[in-house]
Amino acid sequence: MLFLSQLINGLQLGSIYALVALGYSMVYGIIMLLNFAHGDIIMVGGYIALFALIAAFPPAIAILLAVVGCVLLSVVIEKMAYKPLRSAPRISLLITSIGVSMLLQNLAQYFFSANGRSFPSTLILPSGSVSLGGLSVSYTAIVTILVSVVSMLFLTFLVQKTKMGKAMRAVSEDMDAAQLMGINVSNTISFTFAVGAALAGIGSILYCCRYPLVSPTIGSLLGLKAFVAAVLGGIGSIPGAMIGGFAIGLAEVLVTALGLSTWTDGVVFAILIIVLVVRPTGILGRSLIEKV
Amino acid sequence: MTTHNPQAPMVPPRDRDKTPVLECKNLGIDFGGLTAVDAFNITIGPTEICGLIGPNGAGKTTIFNLLTKVYQPTRGAVYLNGRDTKNMNTIAANKAGIARTFQNIRLFKELTVMENVLVGLHNEMGYRFFPAVFRLPSYWRSERIGKARALELLSIFDMQDMASYKAGALPYGSQRRLEIVRALATNPSILLLDEPAAGMNPSETGELMENIRKIRDTFQIAILLIEHDMQLVMGICEGIAVLNYGRVIAKGTPEEIKSDPQVIEAYLGKGGQDA
Amino acid sequence: MKARFQISMPVRYCVNLILMIAFLTAGSFLTQSGLLGRAQNSIIIQVGFYIILAVSLNLVTGYLGQLPLGHAGFMAVGAYAGAIFWKSGLLPETPSLIVGLFVAGLVAAAFGILIGIPALRLKGDYLAIITLGFGEIIRVAIINLSDITGGTPGLKGIPKYSSFLVVYICVLIACVAIHMLMKSRHGRAILAIRENEIAVESCGVNTTYYKVMAFAVSAFFAGVAGALYGGNQGILAPASFDFMTSINILVIVVLGGMGSMIGSVIAAAILTSLPLALQAFNEYRLIIYALLLIIVMVFKPSGLMGTYDFSLSRLIEKAVTRLKVPKEEGGVYHDDP
Repeated sequence: MLFLSQLINGLQLGSIYALVALGYSMVYGIIMLLNFAHGDIIMVGGYIALFALIAAFPPAIAILLAVVGCVLLSVVIEKMAYKPLRSAPRISLLITSIGVSMLLQNLAQYFFSANGRSFPSTLILPSGSVSLGGLSVSYTAIVTILVSVVSMLFLTFLVQKTKMGKAMRAVSEDMDAAQLMGINVSNTISFTFAVGAALAGIGSILYCCRYPLVSPTIGSLLGLKAFVAAVLGGIGSIPGAMIGGFAIGLAEVLVTALGLSTWTDGVVFAILIIVLVVRPTGILGRSLIEKV
Repeated sequence: MTTHNPQAPMVPPRDRDKTPVLECKNLGIDFGGLTAVDAFNITIGPTEICGLIGPNGAGKTTIFNLLTKVYQPTRGAVYLNGRDTKNMNTIAANKAGIARTFQNIRLFKELTVMENVLVGLHNEMGYRFFPAVFRLPSYWRSERIGKARALELLSIFDMQDMASYKAGALPYGSQRRLEIVRALATNPSILLLDEPAAGMNPSETGELMENIRKIRDTFQIAILLIEHDMQLVMGICEGIAVLNYGRVIAKGTPEEIKSDPQVIEAYLGKGGQDA
Repeated sequence: MKARFQISMPVRYCVNLILMIAFLTAGSFLTQSGLLGRAQNSIIIQVGFYIILAVSLNLVTGYLGQLPLGHAGFMAVGAYAGAIFWKSGLLPETPSLIVGLFVAGLVAAAFGILIGIPALRLKGDYLAIITLGFGEIIRVAIINLSDITGGTPGLKGIPKYSSFLVVYICVLIACVAIHMLMKSRHGRAILAIRENEIAVESCGVNTTYYKVMAFAVSAFFAGVAGALYGGNQGILAPASFDFMTSINILVIVVLGGMGSMIGSVIAAAILTSLPLALQAFNEYRLIIYALLLIIVMVFKPSGLMGTYDFSLSRLIEKAVTRLKVPKEEGGVYHDDP
């Protein structure tokens, strides 16, 4: 019984990680960039939703604003900071994304102070729980898992069945060839960022419902862990990000349940290291052969 | 017409009694479902200049990669001076006596010409970490000897005056020549040259031919080269192997190869004999 | 070869020695004469350890061409190792200081080797993440192993060994050692790996050995800097060694120019002293850092000084040559040590 409730707990956390991990994976898959700023987009989404709710917007509008805000921010960042560096060495791109992450965090700290603010999660999701076969499951958990799964299904549909999705896959395989086939690479890349950010926006709402405290640094640790999830599942792989997300969520819950909660972060990073040492391409990732 | 048995070794008479510097037995590699190279057999004498030709995509550079252990073969074996190179990686293969240049030049662009050659001399210079940091006598001795040797090697191509230029600033032809010097600096038994004449005009090619012969004569090593330039190949190679779709379709002396119908067909298509 | 004025090796070493003594005298005079207040003295010493941190990170980022994101982890390991040794009082003061610094460096170097061997098999981004992971694990371990390390509240009562002289000598040793290493066959191998690793292997050079060596030397000096940090503050807390610290050091190296030791030195001096000297700046400091980082990467990725290698001897040579021979020939000069 306890195991099952912890399982649900892990799936809830894991589905949030999965939503965020998808953003990392998609962006890496298309331009080989580890977008350090992705986690901080979530933080921004949380603040937007927070202020919208405080300003008495209806919850649906608040969610919409948060998602739209994340998308806009992400696309702007891509156009201003990453696009100029498209042909630069990867180190430069990585450092720039670190810079963007720092910028977002510190701007938030400057404007909103470093203190956490309480997030009125009950405005979005009712706080009670439901009884399923004797097991008490919170509404938040159910909605989180459902929303995540639906989002991921939608994403899979997008990538596999639509023209834009095909373009995304083409550009991530071979950017030059895609361009020669008439695909607008810049737009495709921006679209990828947008989709990743939209998912992160949804993830941020769900995250703030689970941990109802918004501060400038909430994005960074969440982002790092979601990142580990993406690597675990195989960075560049969409199903991989989902698997990785659930795996990390479950692992974290397990470690806490074993009473070792101060080691949770350490365990997540240890998983990262083990994956990178044993199988760097992750569970479902593809390896790149260098031409000599 | 002599036999065109692709399996026959081609070693020139003067080297017939010595251990071949390179021997490949049934070498092959598959990449997933694609067989890139198959049934590659060759024997090269210790001072032979040998050519590997064939249309683009035939697998020539793949063979170089197999010989230098960038790829591990799926089948077959490579013997360097009689030693099986089965468990070697690229680094060990170089220490065992095989050095190469690359199709797309791989120089250390930000380093000087001298420094590029010195990297080739790295293992020969041998002094360790603490002697370097504390500038012990072994450091000074090795550096002095190393630099002198590098200048000697650069003088083969008359490049000694360019020693302090950045490698990336050199003209294309000089970059190719520098790569050869760097490979020579590693003191190999056999030198693999991947399209050394690419981008050169006929007079430069002529000069290169002279230099390759000079290298072979001075250092008494074997040379295996991949080339598309027939002037060079026919001019200096003693033995030639022709590759198409990963397999050897002909082997022999330049005269034999020139008139081989299969070779002509591979390069020019059927009916090419009329050309 | 046209006539070019060249200073012989022994004379070059003397020139450099004079330069070093000049700085030492100037610095000692400044710190001990009471001309500067306590805050300024403290800044000078802090600049000292950031120089060591930047120069050691530059070895792996600028020279080897990798991007490790866990430098603070090595600093932490060295800091705690050194502090614990000093507190144990095994040796009397002066030998304890020196041995403690070695202990700090060696323990950090050992971690460098341990982490380097798996990490350096990975390329670019993966190396960045795995070193970030290791850095975080070290921090979490320090928090959890509170019996040894004092946990989150920290380790207190560390003897304050970090005087100007001590820090200056360590800075000198770090810079000289790394410089000597780079102007040797080992340094050439490291630079060559950055340029084209496959070609280096084809020359028979053991690339793994050199990558790990660079990592270990880098970690060694980071550890020494960490110990000096502890010896300056008197206390150590794990919060000082987080990801942001690693990023701070990286910013210094990137802005100074990856591959330029003098760039790292100048950037460390400016970036460390500026915020401390201008308190009003402090609120915006990190925002400005972040903006600077992005702007530099987009517009001048090679940093302030690029790969420029400072040499007083070479400057003198150039000046004299130019006076003797009016027109300089083309080509970029790199020198012998």
